[in-house]
Amino acid sequence: MSKLSRDDVAHVARLAMLELDDAEIDAFTEQLGSVLATADDMAALDLDSVVPAHHPLGLVNVMRPDVVQPSLDRDEVLAQAPAAEDGRFCVPPALGEQ
Amino acid sequence: MSGVASPAAAGSVSDIANAVTNGERSAVSVVDAHLARIDDHEGAVHAFNLVTADAARATAAAIDERLAAGEDVGPLAGVPVAIKDNMCTRGVPTTCSSKILDGWRPPYDATVVERLASAGAIMVGKTNLDEFAMGSSTENSAFGPTHNPWQLDRVPGGSSGGSAAAVAAGFTPLSLGSDTGGSIRQPASLCGVVGVKPTYGAVSRYGLIAFGSSLDQIGPFTTTVADSALTMDVIGGHDPRDATSSTESFGSLVDVLDRGVDGLRVGLISEMTGGVIDGIAEDVLARVRAAAEALEAAGATVGEVSVPSSVYGLPAYYMVAPAEASSNLARFDGVRYGLRVDGPNTAAMHTASRTAGFGPEVKRRIMLGTYALSAGYRDAYYGSAQKVRTLITQDFDRAYADFDVLLAPSSPTTAFELGAKTADPLTMYLNDVCTIPSNLSGQPSMSVPFGVGDDGLPIGVQILAPLMGEPVMFQTAAVLENAQEDAS
Amino acid sequence: MTDTATDRREPTLPDGWELVCGLEVHVELSTATKLFCGCPNEFGSEPNTNVCPTCLGLPGSLPVMNADAVTSAMRLGRAINCTVKPSVMARKNYFYPDMPKDFQTSQYDQPTNENGWLDLPDGTRIEVERAHIEEDTGKSTHVGGDGRITSAEYSLIDYNRAGVPLLEIVSQPDIRTAEEAKAYVAELRGIVLALDVSDARMEEGSMRVDANVSVRPIGSDELRTRCEIKNINSLSSLGRAIVHEANRHVDLWTTGERPMQETRHWDEEAGRTRSGRSKEDAEDYRYFPEPDLTPLIPTAADLEAVDVSIPELPSAVRSRLADAAGVAPTEVSVLVDRGQAGFALDTIDAGADPTRVLVHLTNNLADGTGEMDPAAFAALVSMEVGGELSSTQTKEVLADMVVTGRTPDAVASEKGFEAMDTGELDGILDGLIADHPSEWERFCSGDDGDAKKMSGFFTGQIMKATRGQADGKVVAQLLNTRKP
Ligand SMILES: [Zn+2]
Repeated sequence: MSKLSRDDVAHVARLAMLELDDAEIDAFTEQLGSVLATADDMAALDLDSVVPAHHPLGLVNVMRPDVVQPSLDRDEVLAQAPAAEDGRFCVPPALGEQ
Repeated sequence: MSGVASPAAAGSVSDIANAVTNGERSAVSVVDAHLARIDDHEGAVHAFNLVTADAARATAAAIDERLAAGEDVGPLAGVPVAIKDNMCTRGVPTTCSSKILDGWRPPYDATVVERLASAGAIMVGKTNLDEFAMGSSTENSAFGPTHNPWQLDRVPGGSSGGSAAAVAAGFTPLSLGSDTGGSIRQPASLCGVVGVKPTYGAVSRYGLIAFGSSLDQIGPFTTTVADSALTMDVIGGHDPRDATSSTESFGSLVDVLDRGVDGLRVGLISEMTGGVIDGIAEDVLARVRAAAEALEAAGATVGEVSVPSSVYGLPAYYMVAPAEASSNLARFDGVRYGLRVDGPNTAAMHTASRTAGFGPEVKRRIMLGTYALSAGYRDAYYGSAQKVRTLITQDFDRAYADFDVLLAPSSPTTAFELGAKTADPLTMYLNDVCTIPSNLSGQPSMSVPFGVGDDGLPIGVQILAPLMGEPVMFQTAAVLENAQEDAS
Repeated sequence: MTDTATDRREPTLPDGWELVCGLEVHVELSTATKLFCGCPNEFGSEPNTNVCPTCLGLPGSLPVMNADAVTSAMRLGRAINCTVKPSVMARKNYFYPDMPKDFQTSQYDQPTNENGWLDLPDGTRIEVERAHIEEDTGKSTHVGGDGRITSAEYSLIDYNRAGVPLLEIVSQPDIRTAEEAKAYVAELRGIVLALDVSDARMEEGSMRVDANVSVRPIGSDELRTRCEIKNINSLSSLGRAIVHEANRHVDLWTTGERPMQETRHWDEEAGRTRSGRSKEDAEDYRYFPEPDLTPLIPTAADLEAVDVSIPELPSAVRSRLADAAGVAPTEVSVLVDRGQAGFALDTIDAGADPTRVLVHLTNNLADGTGEMDPAAFAALVSMEVGGELSSTQTKEVLADMVVTGRTPDAVASEKGFEAMDTGELDGILDGLIADHPSEWERFCSGDDGDAKKMSGFFTGQIMKATRGQADGKVVAQLLNTRKP
């Protein structure tokens, strides 16, 4: 694998919606790089014909009947929200000033 | 620095339940006694994020009334229990030891919490953990570290350090933890208590705040093997709200405890007991060998067995668990619950909330997992890791063709000093090297205290079993526990 | 089948250019509950009342798959000729406040349905790449400013729709005209309605269409940069949006520019598409299998049950009706889309003249057949064809029957629409001949043109005298017999 760069780390931070300062980017570049280096050990294994893991007990087709169950009380739900208005969750505008 | 450990101080789960059921003790008096002990030593240990004293007393009083009315309260009548603070408790703050869940009170109970309550157990508090269960020392908590009750300048292990410490300190005879890569077994080992990671799917995950969904399992900490068996009987079994929950049953574990190990084939995992995996302390290895000898003395046959791909467990785990975590922790975005740091638009608000709400280790794992899944790298990292899981499972299956249970260390060392490993995350990750393979394969394993190390601190031996092999695992654990008592 | 560029050219494009269009159609399944929880799947409830830990994405919650949603998905898949396969739910990771978990549980590399097709009424075959199961998002309302997303002061979110089951049906880029796109969606809608898996209402959003549009020079088989058009709320908007976007692309290519790959929104009022915000980082959804759900592996018995449960689909109904009526399938597609094919077939089976049946249904019964049953309708058509009722009378009787469900005899006699007997008409004609001798002479011995003209004159006079109650055919016959 190619070496993890500062730009990679900055890109991943944007995907993960985390803001990192320069020192954090430096630290993560080094730390994540060394974890990835150990992960590169897996390349030594011949995995071509190996099936990826799935549920250890081999469960398939676990489904529920289409039957209505009680929903939550709206007041209880919205009491947990950082902001709510008019029975709904309130957030800043989608495309407000950058 | 001395300690306040006294696992026996809490009494055993079964003794308390019997005494309360028979009317020898009231549930209120039990709870009061435990709350008093918490009052005395919690300041030194910091096992809890929250002690729910008033609610516990009220629940105890209600249980006493029901008993007085002749009702059957359940097999855990009056038993004080501590719940790791990553399991949802209705109306009671549930934090994952993270600032991002600031103020959140779940509107529902986790299935295990429900089952404990309906068995008569009484929650006395929510225990500290590494933030979102990411860590091996309970130092990654937004609310400060938990101290090992045996020696307060040592870590209790992690991530369920608060739950392990609560039992070791005699605060409660029972607590629940969650184990994604060793988070029950390693702290159980470091705190000298019994800790169980059940078969994946044996205990419902509904209400457990997910870290690595394909790896997470809930299990008990207790002072005795029998108490863990009793707890497993209560919390285990199919739950229709968890689609990964097992539909099979291995039956009551209490019933298998006296079966002995006569004729049982016990395998020592050679990679973890002979130097292939570095960094396992000599005193720990000595105790594992002693455990093998004790089982042999009790009638088992002992051999060595290789699980070669287990050496790839650590790298595979550190791709799969962070990958799943990066997705599981996306929902903490400041919209519906928990911390919000405002911003001029939704995206800025998300970023500001997450940046302020998550601690460094959580950010590190989210970053790692996001990268492991990102375009161009997913196959090499996440994809390969999922294949390595298959190889490890196949290796275990081969081992179980010749052996009924396997033995390994639970932790490479005894409890280390607070701060000793915080500087280098990779060193910290090595704590899980012996426990991770069971999470990757989904197979059960547990840590049973078996003596102490050169520093006088507890050492646990890990017993591993095939899928749904809890009965043979517990039957082995019971023998080991007796041997330990005989020796001491 | 018509599959050449010349036959299937979008007529609004300049010469030499071809439309290349694929559609992504989202259909909301009309299950009782959501995809992963027991909350009601209901349109129009009070905001945030159909929510639970799972569909709110609360920490610790887990999804459990709705069995009926999977069955509906397989039924639709089979109905559009897909292979139904073992499938795996996957997480599509991106941040979006309407999406409570900040990932969408969908299907990625192992969808339930793959490689199907759908034949349009004119025989054009559109290939379907896949039809997969996924969950819907909640709904934001943008508050403040002028109500548009771009100027809102804040947004309010309702999660009632979050977790509602969706099927996403993805076509290959096989569509060559805006009309084909509309026909494809209409056909798909007809199938969905026949299966009764969704109410498929575009206006209410239970059927949503995104169009991937690009253009290329005729004769080329390249796939040029495409734009995805969203916010299309009706079939006619779909046609307009595609025409607009395709022409925009041609303009760009011919002026030496090139379209950017992007999402665009259809602005119905302005009649144009507008650019969505371009993203700094390319989308990277980091798909991986959903660890909280198990694979879906249909058994042979499941597949058989699915096949057995599929009713006759619009294309089959169309050909059956077209055969029965002796017309081309395209001529009956309106009736089939309207759900009147069964009624038409029953009426024809009851012995009615197929052409008149189709004409009445198409033109006079667009709002439905009401209380009328096919046997009564057949009787009415026979009375009309047999000359007992004029076409004007027939329409009037029909309107009554739709409302009251009475027989045509009863309605006709109540209205006094007794058929004129020939004797009565004879008498009227005698009077007319006496009053208009020269016209009668021209009818009897004029050249063909003149005779025809006078035939019209006498017919008109008879109709006038009978206030339209005489049957045109009977009158014509009478005139011929009286001709010396
Ligand atoms: Zn719900």
